[in-house]
Amino acid sequence: MNYERIKEKLEILADAAKYDVSCSSSGSNRKNNNKGLGNAAPSGICHTYTQDGRCVSLLKILLTNHCIYDCAYCVTRKSNDIKRVAFTVREVVDLTMNFYRRNYIEGLFLSSGIFKNADFTMERLVRVAKLLRLEENFNGYIHLKTIPGASDELMQEAGLYADRLSVNLEIPTQSGLKLLAPEKDHQQMMKPMGFVKNKLIEYKSERKIIKHVPKFAPAGQTTQMIIGATNENDFQIIKVADHFYRNFNLKRVYYSGYVPVLSDSRLPSIGTQVPMVRENRLYQADWLMRFYGFKADEILDKNNPFLDLEVDPKMAWALRNIHEFPVDIQSASLEMILRIPGVGTKSAYKILQARKFQNLSLEHLSKIGVSINRAKYFIDTRSINKNLRFLNRLNFRELLINQTKSKFDNPFNPQLSLFDNDAFSLR
Amino acid sequence: MTLLVYDNTFEGFLTAIFEIYEYKYIQPKIVKDKNHTLSLLDETIDVFTDEKKANRVLLKIEKSIGKIGVKILLYSFLSEDINLEKYLFEVIKYILEFPDKNVINNFSNPNVMQVHKLSRSVAREKHRMEAFVRFEELLNGIYFSKIAPDFDVLMLILNHFKNRYQDQEWIIYDIKRNYGLYYNLQKVDIITLDIELNNIKTNQDLLSDEELKYQNLWKEYFDHTNITERKNMKLHVQHLPKRYWKYLTEKRDIK
Ligand code: SF4
Repeated sequence: MNYERIKEKLEILADAAKYDVSCSSSGSNRKNNNKGLGNAAPSGICHTYTQDGRCVSLLKILLTNHCIYDCAYCVTRKSNDIKRVAFTVREVVDLTMNFYRRNYIEGLFLSSGIFKNADFTMERLVRVAKLLRLEENFNGYIHLKTIPGASDELMQEAGLYADRLSVNLEIPTQSGLKLLAPEKDHQQMMKPMGFVKNKLIEYKSERKIIKHVPKFAPAGQTTQMIIGATNENDFQIIKVADHFYRNFNLKRVYYSGYVPVLSDSRLPSIGTQVPMVRENRLYQADWLMRFYGFKADEILDKNNPFLDLEVDPKMAWALRNIHEFPVDIQSASLEMILRIPGVGTKSAYKILQARKFQNLSLEHLSKIGVSINRAKYFIDTRSINKNLRFLNRLNFRELLINQTKSKFDNPFNPQLSLFDNDAFSLR
Repeated sequence: MTLLVYDNTFEGFLTAIFEIYEYKYIQPKIVKDKNHTLSLLDETIDVFTDEKKANRVLLKIEKSIGKIGVKILLYSFLSEDINLEKYLFEVIKYILEFPDKNVINNFSNPNVMQVHKLSRSVAREKHRMEAFVRFEELLNGIYFSKIAPDFDVLMLILNHFKNRYQDQEWIIYDIKRNYGLYYNLQKVDIITLDIELNNIKTNQDLLSDEELKYQNLWKEYFDHTNITERKNMKLHVQHLPKRYWKYLTEKRDIK
């Protein structure tokens, strides 16, 4: 191995890939049936964490940072004066295998700048995956970024070797994209997503009939949007997310607070704070839509297009819908229990189980894992709950904010916590 | 009080339970041999582990709380908690009293809650070991890793590593409890090494030629995947408690 060269490439191409926040290795269950190396753990494993608290599960690199495009928000853009390098297919394969053998990673997340054209780039990405699967007997996780404009044949091949495919929308609105990445448009990006979606459905139904049909991207597809690079509002963002969850069978939408790394008059200036709280709130809103049964329109609407930065979106909904509370913990439906501020999905399940045995008190709920600090104002129990008298006070909101402040300072982790979903700060 | 001394195995514990019902002991208390102290007022009984008895208890429990429930009990058992026997005994009594109700789901019962809590700690340590084990390639081609987990989770992680690493020989060694797993490309054996292993770090002379290069590349990767503008050490340490840093190549000083 030419250590110095590999090291230099790795530094540059890991640096350039890190702004893609998705690092999940979940959703696939590829087995190691050929006495080869690796398998995919359905819930994914974080092998380490970066200093900003993000899960590191995959070797996330670009194949190259040569690029013919000039997207303003991207460090790799053509007009940026930086050193350009490229891995060979073999080098990526060797790095992946050797990192995997040492239990550093769950697999590979390979993306790339676009060199020459879409197909030329995509073909290389596919070749890496193919080599890993067919020659190295590698059964670990592979996530490929698909290049907008690549041919259907290549997309098809990609799906057969990869566990997950993704195209990043990057800019949530068409107009924003036009401003920052004039060579791209949403239509062009949605085409591969539509292709993948149709293939997913096709393969799934074929598998029902014939058992040994190969799997097509078993962990599905995802996308990412950059937050705060253009002046889109949160309502637009969650509407876009909602649209993609519904119409493209997306597994996850990732939100990435824009990190100003380039000076450009179209972008927030360097030194502008990364909108971390906003990003956090968007993930919470996303969670509400996927696991808590909320609709996009319940979280925000045209007249209130921004998420409340002081309280989380579930609490915000509760404050706008005081008439829905208090919720009777002994008899309420799962839907309603999930809407109580302070109650997470796991706690909700436990409440349903435990209330069959006896009447639950606030103390029980606290033991179960409910954040009672918040929940106590919204819950009716069989014994008297004095906290309910605050519910209709005019200063209820202020009271909540002051009382639960420390909770809201909790830094936020966009990845599902590895060990316990209830560690997730949205309860 | 009647003290039932068992041999620290799950089967032994279940045998003790069986005998408590069989002989109707008065005020029974199950204790591990190593920490039981003699008191003049207590009667002490040695429990001889009997798989048949243990199995009968196990089957009965499983019928009531299912495989998932049994797993929770087993995990909590591995926590080595000092009050473990008390909680588990109470919970099993409760299960046997209400065989038709899946009482392991009664999250409002304090003993049930304790058992869940212990079981979660063990499950978490298992996950952590699956994540934080770092193999080093030795000169003889074996991938070697040393761990010192809070709980005795080696047997729980066996399958994970066996399924995953099938085309390389590997050893995972618990230096705290002095035993390990060795996979020889065919099967996994439980081994004990004679040499003194008290350091997670391995002597560099034993490592393969490429090993340190890959360790350094991994460290470079780790440093470069970081986004300085988002640095948040509080969160970092919350996910990666400092006591685990000793395992992690990327958190150790290597040249
Ligand atoms: S095409 Fe991709 S790599 Fe190239 S500048 Fe645009 S975002 Fe960056």
